[in-house]
Amino acid sequence: MNVIEIKNLTKKYEVEGNTVTALENINLSIEKGDIYGIIGMSGAGKSTLVRSINYLEKPTEGSVLIDGINLSELNRKELRKMRSGIGMIFQGFNLLEQRNVLGNICFPLELMGVSRKEARDKARNLLRLVKLEDKERAYPSQLSGGQKQRVAIARALATNPRILLCDEATSALDPQTTAAILKLLKEINESLGITIVVITHQMSVVTKICGKVAIIDGGKLVESGLVEEIFAQPKSDAAKELISGKNIRYTPIKKLYAQDTIRIVFRNNSAYEPVLANVVLKLGYPINILKADTQNIAGKAVGEMILGLPDDEKAGKEIIAYLRESGLTVTEGLKDE
Amino acid sequence: MNEQVINMLLEGISDTLYMTLGSVIIGYIIGLPMGIMLYVTGENGLNPKRIIYSSVDFICNIIRSIPFLILLILLIPFTRLVVGKSYGSTATIVPLVICAAPYIARVVETALNEVDTGVIEAAKAMGANNIQIVVKVILLEARTSLISGFTITTGILLGYSAMSGTVGGGGLGDIAVRYGYYRWQTDIMIITVILLIVIFQIIQMIGTKVAIGLDRRKRKGN
Repeated sequence: MNVIEIKNLTKKYEVEGNTVTALENINLSIEKGDIYGIIGMSGAGKSTLVRSINYLEKPTEGSVLIDGINLSELNRKELRKMRSGIGMIFQGFNLLEQRNVLGNICFPLELMGVSRKEARDKARNLLRLVKLEDKERAYPSQLSGGQKQRVAIARALATNPRILLCDEATSALDPQTTAAILKLLKEINESLGITIVVITHQMSVVTKICGKVAIIDGGKLVESGLVEEIFAQPKSDAAKELISGKNIRYTPIKKLYAQDTIRIVFRNNSAYEPVLANVVLKLGYPINILKADTQNIAGKAVGEMILGLPDDEKAGKEIIAYLRESGLTVTEGLKDE
Repeated sequence: MNEQVINMLLEGISDTLYMTLGSVIIGYIIGLPMGIMLYVTGENGLNPKRIIYSSVDFICNIIRSIPFLILLILLIPFTRLVVGKSYGSTATIVPLVICAAPYIARVVETALNEVDTGVIEAAKAMGANNIQIVVKVILLEARTSLISGFTITTGILLGYSAMSGTVGGGGLGDIAVRYGYYRWQTDIMIITVILLIVIFQIIQMIGTKVAIGLDRRKRKGN
């Protein structure tokens, strides 16, 4: 069953008499145990979308279902109870500055009326999980960004949530700290089975931990599906831009003007096989690698190469046929028109 | 300086402290909830209510725009109604409170507005209700600003309590006016002024110490 089900969600704002549509007719299903990425450029509406999941933003139209429960049908008290089962972490960490680490993690438990001792025991366990046992008495101002986000994660997990929402949680961190936090999120997902929704503008975050991704552009969901599929064959302009902007620069097909130039796209471990070497060995034709850009995504190799083929037309056809047989997507160069 | 003058000054000090602390405490009893109300019902507050906000806002502005000396005189009938007479230090507390409450409300509102909206959003996401957000998040996170505001307010009320001496309010201001101004006893006036300065410094020092001591934002080391 889908843990999160977003149906026909539209969100409009009134800004000085004008209506601004932040999100338009979004449909999204997130399964239990997924790490689901929602990616888009800034201003695309992804923060509004994640805030709709716990109803910090009420949709103008459409509905959000958590475990089959429609949030619009809950009264305020029921909604607050529902929210306590959905953890959330933020780009700015949003820790209580006047409380120490332990106090911050105990806070959501305090709200629920859990006894002080029980809350502290729980908080200490969570501090072990995020590897900050020695910092329980420190105040947020004494911690680094990565440590603050770890505290925020521990705090978000205190109420044993089924869902963890991450709003640009690594955007304020350096690359190494980002990698460590993403690793921690992945561990939490695997060990606790929590469904994680990751909002980001960085493709690298999605490729590192997400299984599925939705691309938001101009308030609309333009593409969604398995990360490696979208990465290999981005259909929307937004997806292409996001992929090329941060990681692999897919060569526009128009640029492959020469007849003897082809683009091959790797997927599903095919980059681990010596495909190109085999072409040369088996067919005996020389191949020129003009550009190569591949990357490991969730255990699968994804990327592209631009190859220059021999002048011999027959040789070119044989090579293309062989590459297709090996499971690669081949795009032939287009003639100048 | 004879014993009589010393006793008079000691009485003046205790009257001044009585008026200042009395008015600041009662002022906060009225002004703090008013400030919280302004914050909560404000445009970006937890529960925006335009009509409530504008009414409280309007009352605050009106009272704050009347000079204290005028307020003191205007309120004489009201003061007589509340404490039975219009002179003496207890009677002075009435106009001081009326003057201070809207000022306190503003100081409180400003302090609360400084709390990071992200923290409030996080609390909402955790399922906190508005009362929990005000009590457990906003008032605690804003405590340093609140204490600084309290110190400033106390300092101002100390000055205003001295001003009330002109209408027989008692305290050091009263002594300064009666002896220094009407009787040309400059020495007594200077002593009262020095005493006021000392009291002001002590209040400011304690306030700053407490505010810094309670602030967890800049503390280094464990």
